[in-house]
Amino acid sequence: MPETTFLDANELLLNMGPQHPATHGVLRIKLKLDGERVLGSECVIGYLHRGVEKIAENRTYAQFAPYTDRMDYVAAVTNGMGYIEAVEKLLAVEIPPRAQYTRMVLAELQRLASHLLWLGTHALDLGAMTPVFYTFREREEILKIFEKYCGARLTTHAFRIGGLQYDLYDGFEQDCLKFCEYLLPKIDEYEQLLTKNRIWINRTRGVGVLSPEDAVAYGVTGPVLRGSGVKWDIRKVQPYEAYDKVEFDVPIGEHGDTYDRYLVRIQEMRQSVRIIRQCVERLALGPIFGKVGKVIKPPAGEVYHSIEAPKGELGYFVVSDGTVNPYRVRVRPPSFVNLQALDTMIRGQLVADVVAVIGTLDIVLGEVDR
Amino acid sequence: MEELQTVFPGAIQEAVIYRKLPSITFAKEFLLPACRFLKSEEGGAYTLLTDETAVDYPKREKRFDIVYHLYSFRRNDRLRLKVLIGEGEPLPSVTGVWPTANWLEREVYDMFGVVYEGHPDLKRILLPDEWIGHPLRKDYDILRQDAAWVKSNLGIESGQ
Repeated sequence: MPETTFLDANELLLNMGPQHPATHGVLRIKLKLDGERVLGSECVIGYLHRGVEKIAENRTYAQFAPYTDRMDYVAAVTNGMGYIEAVEKLLAVEIPPRAQYTRMVLAELQRLASHLLWLGTHALDLGAMTPVFYTFREREEILKIFEKYCGARLTTHAFRIGGLQYDLYDGFEQDCLKFCEYLLPKIDEYEQLLTKNRIWINRTRGVGVLSPEDAVAYGVTGPVLRGSGVKWDIRKVQPYEAYDKVEFDVPIGEHGDTYDRYLVRIQEMRQSVRIIRQCVERLALGPIFGKVGKVIKPPAGEVYHSIEAPKGELGYFVVSDGTVNPYRVRVRPPSFVNLQALDTMIRGQLVADVVAVIGTLDIVLGEVDR
Repeated sequence: MEELQTVFPGAIQEAVIYRKLPSITFAKEFLLPACRFLKSEEGGAYTLLTDETAVDYPKREKRFDIVYHLYSFRRNDRLRLKVLIGEGEPLPSVTGVWPTANWLEREVYDMFGVVYEGHPDLKRILLPDEWIGHPLRKDYDILRQDAAWVKSNLGIESGQ
């Protein structure tokens, strides 16, 4: 990668964003260009900063839970799940199996919804118009299940510290199984549109390559890390809820490029369907709430708990001083950390590839800025 | 943990295991060598820095806990490192060990005003560059904001 421009021509500084359709929110990137080639970049973030961590210190443990939904607003269920499990770890409560499996079903549905949204918008960014209409149609079915379960489609606040607020509605199992049945052929359909499509391959193969060493050095997690060939999924290596009792595979890529990350996410969707089917079978009747008092007052101490969110490792570091308010809540957002690898991935690539790389990182700015 | 004790005698100020996660408090001088050791093969290959953050205890003499969460792929376990520093006391940056610390340390600087030595580009990350104050400090009230900045940039008296 040359440090200077071709024929000593002037470097061009191009400003991308904060209002740009391909940045998926308000992200600004200052690009240093030599003609069409990227020499370097700098991300400017913080446009959506709301001070979530500060708010947490001024709310009770239960009051803060709905705020977590507003970080990764396209995957609210998993965001809430991470926080609630962290507090449960602090309280050391056991969650009944029915609640565990319900959480897993909803979390996997959320992963599907998040991946569907990613696939549609990512393909749209690269000029493939069709998939976005299909994926939004399927995502709608997931949101309908959420709505029937807890009344909300996006900011769901689906779980409570200690278990679930609501038991499942009649026909939940059938709805989920029907959806799985419906989705699988649709995934094949997306693959027919893209996987062997020459334009798609040209736009994604060899674009935004991230070596496994770089991926680990930059702390990248989730499908991006697996796309680089590192077989690491928190659901497998440090299982939470009942992920150790279900069977699923962890798909990985080979080359660490945009195309491999696309394949990894497509495979993950099939695995999520597999998990949902197993969990629905085990939804035996039983209690949905563990032994938690009316007032949540964890003992003084510190816990770190992380889950495999659709975008990567979502961690919560909660410090309790023994009162009803958390002393400190730190959110370790996958999008924020993954975005840091952007510079490495786009150096030497074309401007049009920057759009592809932003898409493949699957960031949500609400989570980056918190 | 005993291993660390023998490699860096006198460096460990406190070591506890709470909810299955070991947490080790290091003296500041030993932070960088300890991090390099932990990242190396013989130190356990903690190659992934998951998170770096701070906790503010204004009543303490050394008010900040700087907290590092490490992960080792080989051992499949996590480790928490801690360093205690006082107000205005500089801390060595670990960006040379784990590049991912770059943005994480910028965020700690932004929110707590902790100054890192040897950081390649230490500036605010989430708040505007001209902002005055560090919001996640305990003495920064939740309703407070940089009124001068809000007035000159947004043209309103208060954002709340």
